[in-house]
Amino acid sequence: MDRLLDVRQLKTAHLGPLDLAVQPGELVQITGASGSGKSLLLRALADLDPNAGAVTLNGEPRDSIPPVEWRRRVAYVPAETAWWGERVDEHLPADFARPKALHLLEQVALPEESLRWEIERLSSGEKQRLGLVRALMNQPRVLLLDEPTANLDLENTKRIERAVRAYLAEEEAAALWVSHDTLQRQRLGGRILTIRDGQLEAPAWT
Amino acid sequence: MDLISLSPFDLTLAALLVVALAGVTVWARMGLGRSLLIAGARTVIQLLLVGLILQTLFDHAQLGWVALMAVVMLAVAGYEVMARQQRRFAGLWGYGIGTVTMFISAFAVTVLALTTMVGPTPWWEPQYAIPLLGMLLGNTMTGIALGLDRLTQTVWRERRTIEGRLAMGAPWSEAVTTMRREAARSGLMPTINAMAAAGIVSLPGMMTGQILAGAPPVEAVKYQILIMFLITAGTGFGTLGAVWFASRRLFDTRERLRLDRLKAGRHA
Repeated sequence: MDRLLDVRQLKTAHLGPLDLAVQPGELVQITGASGSGKSLLLRALADLDPNAGAVTLNGEPRDSIPPVEWRRRVAYVPAETAWWGERVDEHLPADFARPKALHLLEQVALPEESLRWEIERLSSGEKQRLGLVRALMNQPRVLLLDEPTANLDLENTKRIERAVRAYLAEEEAAALWVSHDTLQRQRLGGRILTIRDGQLEAPAWT
Repeated sequence: MDLISLSPFDLTLAALLVVALAGVTVWARMGLGRSLLIAGARTVIQLLLVGLILQTLFDHAQLGWVALMAVVMLAVAGYEVMARQQRRFAGLWGYGIGTVTMFISAFAVTVLALTTMVGPTPWWEPQYAIPLLGMLLGNTMTGIALGLDRLTQTVWRERRTIEGRLAMGAPWSEAVTTMRREAARSGLMPTINAMAAAGIVSLPGMMTGQILAGAPPVEAVKYQILIMFLITAGTGFGTLGAVWFASRRLFDTRERLRLDRLKAGRHA
């Protein structure tokens, strides 16, 4: 099968060297003890931290893609999303398509007006849902989700899970999902990889 | 020139005022007496020394000596800029960014002023060149130090926001826009305030000095205006340049935020 994201001999200050291959439409769960480097792996893949190794997207080497373009295609969504403007729509890509935004908002149960909401008044759960919508507006090929449901109740957690699944199916995109929640792990399914001592391995319980 | 020469007795009287102040602070247990006396002694020694150096320089007016003096002043100012940073760049960059931008802005403005506006012969006449350069370096130093300090502090504090913008596909320059603006503002504010308050709130020091030395007030004012504009230009271009270079240096070729290039300074 074609590889969407292919990682070979990835090395950072704390990880690797490690290999990873992800297929289109695939959701790979990343687990590991706290401090094992799950976030560091996602940050290295988004090219936010210095790292070495051969990384390709659809066969295109990362070094041949400008960093700005790379981060739009390989989108990192941190557990705590950052906001810098006054209103939500200031944080969307300048040329965003409105129907697409509405479609995504609907999937995470937010109204159209939420685009004009003030950042100051957002709850942490709203920030997390809007953070995902914002990242999906760039139409990334790979989603790097760092505990994307950490601040959400079960209902909204399931909405996010469904929204990501739907996105992956529609766009033939892939996701790496860092999660601590055992029940969520079962709901999400798919391949599970554990980080231990800077290496990726299949977890002991499978 | 009807300059009244000051006798050692006059200076001693003034020094007694500082000693009296130190005495009062000791009596009131404010713990400032020692610092006051040491700082007072430093003033006397440093200024006498610089007076002697300037006298020698004026007596042997040669381009080489003037240039050497200018380089020493620049080196000290560069060190001061670095020492005032709470978080500064590791390695040579910590010294280099401030010193190089100060060299470019303060020296360029001084040379321009000497050759086109003031016009002494020769253009590097130490009586004009050294005080002019000193005022420019002193102010540019403050501006660049404030600007760089504010830049590294806000970038450190706002690193999550910056990386959030990078992760959304923003170029590095866009991700630090607000921090850069704030840094430039804080570097330029003292100069803008000084221009706005000149003559109303305070009589600028150089003008006061010229008037005391017997220069007609209007002549002193003309010099002061010239100096203020030169200082503004030197500080402004120096600060903008330093903030630009420093913010570029905070990102690598893959536009990653590299806070590991900063290290804590002595005040952190």
